[in-house]
Parts: sequence; C-alpha cells; structure tokens
Amino acid sequence: MKKSARSEPRALSLQEIAEKGEPAPNEIWELRLYVAGQTPRSIAAFANLKKICEEHLAGRYNIEVVDLLKHPQLAAGDQILAIPTLVRKLPQPLRKIVGDLRDTERALVGLQLRPAAPEK
Amino acid sequence: MTANSVPKDCILANHSAMNAAMSKTPRKKDKESRTLPKAPTGIQGLDEITGGGFPRGRPTLVCGSAGAGKTLLAMEFLVRGATEYNEPGVFMAFEETAPELTQNVRSLGFDLDELVKQKKLLIDYVRIERSEIDETGDYDLEGLFIRLGSALNAIGAKRVVLDTIENLFAGLQNQGILRAELRRLFRWLKDRGVSAIITAERGEGALTRHGLEEYVSDCVILLDHRVTDQISTRRLRIVKYRGTAHGTNEYPFLIDEDGFSVLPVTSLGLQHEVSEERVSSGIPRLDTMLGGEGFYRGTTILVSGTAGTGKTSLAAHFVEAACRRGERCLYFSFEESPGQMVRNMRSIGLNLDQWTKRNLLQFHSSRATFYGLEMHLAIIHKIVQEFEPKVVVIDPVGSLIQAGNRRDAHTMLIRLIDFLKLRGITALLTNLTSAGDALEKTNVEISSIVDSWLLVRDTELNGERNRALYVLKSRGMAHSNQLREFLLTAQGIDLLDVYVGPEGVLTGSSRLSQKARENAALLERQQEAERKGRERERKRELLEARIAALRKEFEIDQEEAEADSAQEVLRQKVIAQDREAMARSRHADRLRDANVTKGRRSQ
Repeated sequence: MKKSARSEPRALSLQEIAEKGEPAPNEIWELRLYVAGQTPRSIAAFANLKKICEEHLAGRYNIEVVDLLKHPQLAAGDQILAIPTLVRKLPQPLRKIVGDLRDTERALVGLQLRPAAPEK
Repeated sequence: MTANSVPKDCILANHSAMNAAMSKTPRKKDKESRTLPKAPTGIQGLDEITGGGFPRGRPTLVCGSAGAGKTLLAMEFLVRGATEYNEPGVFMAFEETAPELTQNVRSLGFDLDELVKQKKLLIDYVRIERSEIDETGDYDLEGLFIRLGSALNAIGAKRVVLDTIENLFAGLQNQGILRAELRRLFRWLKDRGVSAIITAERGEGALTRHGLEEYVSDCVILLDHRVTDQISTRRLRIVKYRGTAHGTNEYPFLIDEDGFSVLPVTSLGLQHEVSEERVSSGIPRLDTMLGGEGFYRGTTILVSGTAGTGKTSLAAHFVEAACRRGERCLYFSFEESPGQMVRNMRSIGLNLDQWTKRNLLQFHSSRATFYGLEMHLAIIHKIVQEFEPKVVVIDPVGSLIQAGNRRDAHTMLIRLIDFLKLRGITALLTNLTSAGDALEKTNVEISSIVDSWLLVRDTELNGERNRALYVLKSRGMAHSNQLREFLLTAQGIDLLDVYVGPEGVLTGSSRLSQKARENAALLERQQEAERKGRERERKRELLEARIAALRKEFEIDQEEAEADSAQEVLRQKVIAQDREAMARSRHADRLRDANVTKGRRSQ
C-alpha cells in the first residue's frame, strides 16, 4: 500500500478499476511470482498466471519469476511468507495473491481485474 | 540451502503421517530428566525452576495476555544466549519492527544494535497486511521457512524467537494450511536443533488463542499479569515441561532495569545449615537475658509490641551492633523514610548515618501498598541477592497485610524467612500488635516460625506508661524469664531490673519511689549505726576521764603520804633537838658522848 511511489501519473483508483472491470489501456503490469523450486504447485501457479494475463492483459504485462531457493534474501523485500505468492508491483497499490491461482475468478478479483462478487 | 530439505509433499496430503510423527516425540521418564539437554535462559530464577533452562533444540511456548512480558522474556533469552552462552539468535518479529524492539529493550540495558553488529543477533521483521493479500488455491509457508533458514544460516543461530507467530492467523485465511504449516515449522525447528521460543496470546479458556499448545508441546510457560485489589503482580508458571521435573507453582517475576527475574521462592525447604555462632543484640543486658551471648546467627527474631514501645529502636540497636562488627545490613522499612530513621535514631544516640556512608547499611523504604506482596518479596529477594547482607530487618511485617490478605502475607513471610535462613542471614522482624489484640499473637501468624521472640509492652500504672521487655521464646538457649524495664535514653536502650511490689510490677515513677523508699530505710539504718557509734565513743571518753580523775586523786594521796612522813622525820628531829636543848638547860650529865663533847668544845 505505502510502497514508494514510482512516479506514474496514470495510476487508477480502486473505484475506477472496479467500475471499468478492466485496466486502463497502455498500462504495463509488473507482476512478480515468488516460488521455491520447481514444484508442481509453482508450475501450476505460473501456468494459471500466464493464462489470466493472456486473456486480460495481453501485451501489457511483465512476469518476473523469483525462485527463493536461489535468492532467499529476496523474500524479506516483499514480505513473502507463503509460496507461491504473486505480487502486483504495478499498477499501484501493491497487491499480493497467495496460492496457485487455480481459482481464476478469485485471482481476477485479487488482481482487481474484476470487482468483488457481491456475496464476497 | 537447508530449507530445501523440507519435505514438501507432506504438507496437506500427509497430514495424518505428520500427526503420527509428532506423537512420536520422545516422552522421557523422570530418570532421564537430568540428562535432558537444556539451553540456559540466563534469566535469574528461571533456570532454577526449569532445572537448567528451556529444552535445547526444541520449541518452547510462552503464552500470556497482552503486556504479560512475553516479548521481553523471549528477547532476554536471545540476548543472554548471545552474550553469555555464545549462542547467536534470530528474532523473527511479527508485531514490532527492529527499531521498535531495539528501543523497547534499551530500557532493560540491552543494546541490540551492538549485538546485531557483532552478528550475534538478527532481527527479521515480518509484516503481514491482510488487506493487500488475497488467496486463491493451495499454498504453503515455504517463504517463511526460507527466510528463517537464511537468517539462521547468516549468523549460525542456535536460538530462535517467533514473536508472535499467531499474527499469521490474522493475515492468512486458510486455517487448514496454516495449522499444517505451523506443525511443519515446529518440526522443522526441532530438526534444525535450534532452541526456539514461540510466543502466543492467551486465549479464552485456553492457553493460546489459536491453540498453539497443540503443536508446541515440549515446554509451555504461562505468564500472567494479575491485578488484585488494585495491585498488580506478574507471575510465571510452567504449565508443562516434558521430560523434566520442574516447579509447578506460580512464581512471581519482575521486569526491571536488569531485565527479567523470576523468584523461585516457593521451592525452598528446611534444609538450611544452622550456625552455632551467636550475634549480639546490641544491648548488653539483652544479650545477658539471651543466655549471655545474644541470638544465634541465621535465626529469625520477632520483636512484637504495641505502638510506640520501641520496636524500631531495638531493631536499630541490632543493626548498629552488626555494622560495628563490620557486617552488612539491610533495613526494609514500610513506615519510615531512611532520613526519618536516621534522625529518629540519633535521638537515642545511634548514628546510623555513618554506616550508610560506609555502605554497610542500606535502607529501603516503601509503602506496603505500593506493590503487591509478590513484588515486595521479589524486590526483597533481589536486593538481598545484590547486597548480600548478614542482617536483614523488616519493619514492620504486619504492614504487608495491606499489600495482600492475611493468608498471602503469611505465606509470603514464610517464604521470605526460608529464603533468608537458607542464606544464613539473621533476620529481625518487627510486628505491631494493635490494641485489643492478644499480645502473644502476631497478625501475620508467624510466631511459630520465628526462633526468638521478644515482646515489648507497656504497663500503665500511676498515670503513666512504661515499657517492659521480656523474652517470650528463644529456641536453643537458656533465656531469662524475667521482665525488664526498658528505657530509651539519649545513650540508647537501657534495660533495668523490674521492682516487684505488692501491687505487681513496678516501673517508671513507681520504681523510682520504691527506690527512694529503700534508700530512705538504708539511710535510717546508717544513721542509727552512726549514732550508736558516737554514743559508745562518748562512753569511752567518759570512762577515760573518770580513770584520769581517780589517778589524780591517787597522786594527791600519795603526795600527802609523802608529806606526812617528811614532817614526821622533821618532828622527830625537832623533838630530839628540843630534848637536847632541855637537857642542856638542865645540865644533865648524862648526855650522849658526842653531843656532850661537841657541845663542850663549841662552847
């Protein structure tokens, strides 16, 4: 939330995103997926993420996969506890989604690509 | 990376297998308890009641409500480990950031920055923000494991604190995963062989809010912060300690400028060594009453009496005597400030100031109601351990009732007395008997556990109150059974014999008048004797005079007799002359030859 603001004037408010149901055009999404080794779960998480991005953010996203087994010191930076964790670095605010993203609907809500369902 | 070795596949699917593994935790029998390796906490008192510290290489759960001191206990475990036992530690904080923690424990004298610099301590702050986390699908806490693992490896840590890992429950929704992962975490900590402390909030009707005691079952410590009658006391209890005989009581503990200290006072017994040595009471005549030598060293002496009977003065004399012997004394006063004590004792000729200046005497004054009983006990313990006195005075013990109830005060005093005896400290307690109470009774009912009991009381007679002292009991010595009048003079306490008159014991002015009467009688007898002496003298003089007179009379007689005989001779002569003359005149021829011849010739 209080991530040091990289100057980017086009950041949208939550409401705007929620109303539109889709991100503002021309915005590049910076996504980082934290995994620990090539486990089935991390492979699944990556596959699910790739699918979501292709459907909703085609051409406007970057996925960086961080393997904590190789870079354990990176865990502290984004306060990673759970594996896998997807961090949306951009657009702000920072969002984290833990889990293998197999529930696409919830993943979309978490990424604020879709408003939360009424019952949620 | 060691974290790599964690079996990933036993997270959810092998839940039951995990359970089985956990239940196989070795249950050591009492016989082996002495061999169970321990990681000393370095915390005063805690190592004693745990028999050497927390279980080495295993997790220990420390639970308690907010403000009970969990974080401090955990932090001190790490700091002591790092500084005293050369065991570096990792503090994984889920609540406070490293700067906050550093600041919080600085008041306890812990310099975390320095330890961090020396690589003896590593603080890792884990922030979980529920609002920025969503969950979808399966996950595990491998990230936490990796962080912890790399922290452990970075400084070669032997000790770990997770404070408070329950915060995970607030940050993550999937309780099933969380619980399985916690189970795996504690297992993992055991496998790594680190001695860990896991802190947890006290829950309603359970030890912890999220039931962590289910996972950490080797050692569970409960911290409590209770307020009774507006007085708060911190207590610690070992709920469980597998494979170790431990104290089961609630132990009071302190958090002060030296950190945490637990008081294992209830674990004392009656095994103290006894001393044959005697110590003076500071009042020579009182020593005489106590078998001639005073009290036994290391015993407990009770001085009880009503208000204003001189209990404090007796105590001050005892202290003075001890200081004079060069022994250190501690004086706990619940009524008077040190300055007041020194001033008041000066009025009976005791200069206590000189001893405080030489650091032989320390005063500690506090109101009894200022802390709870346990806290008082704790403070007394702490000070006694630091100062190592030979003599301790508590004046008065009855005040402690105000800090708790009668029963608690009684228990506390027994614990205190045991503690002092164990250290061979001679203790003098004063107790105020309130008017109306039986004299031979203390309001804290300790009379049976003290060794010597002096009773000071006042007797009211002839419109005045006077003090009297007697030795009610003194174990192990032939003590006087007599009452002594007790005087507070400018030179200190003086004990006087008590006059027993027809109306009973005489003290004060009755004693003085009795003394005066006796003096008068004595004087009278003396005068009588003198008078008789003088009479005899006079009689003698008279007789001597008489003798002299008689002698004179005798001399006169003698003189007369001599004079008579001289006259007779003279008369004879005269007669003879007369006869001659007559004869001559008669011209008697028959004169005596000589005379005739002579007479003729001369003619």
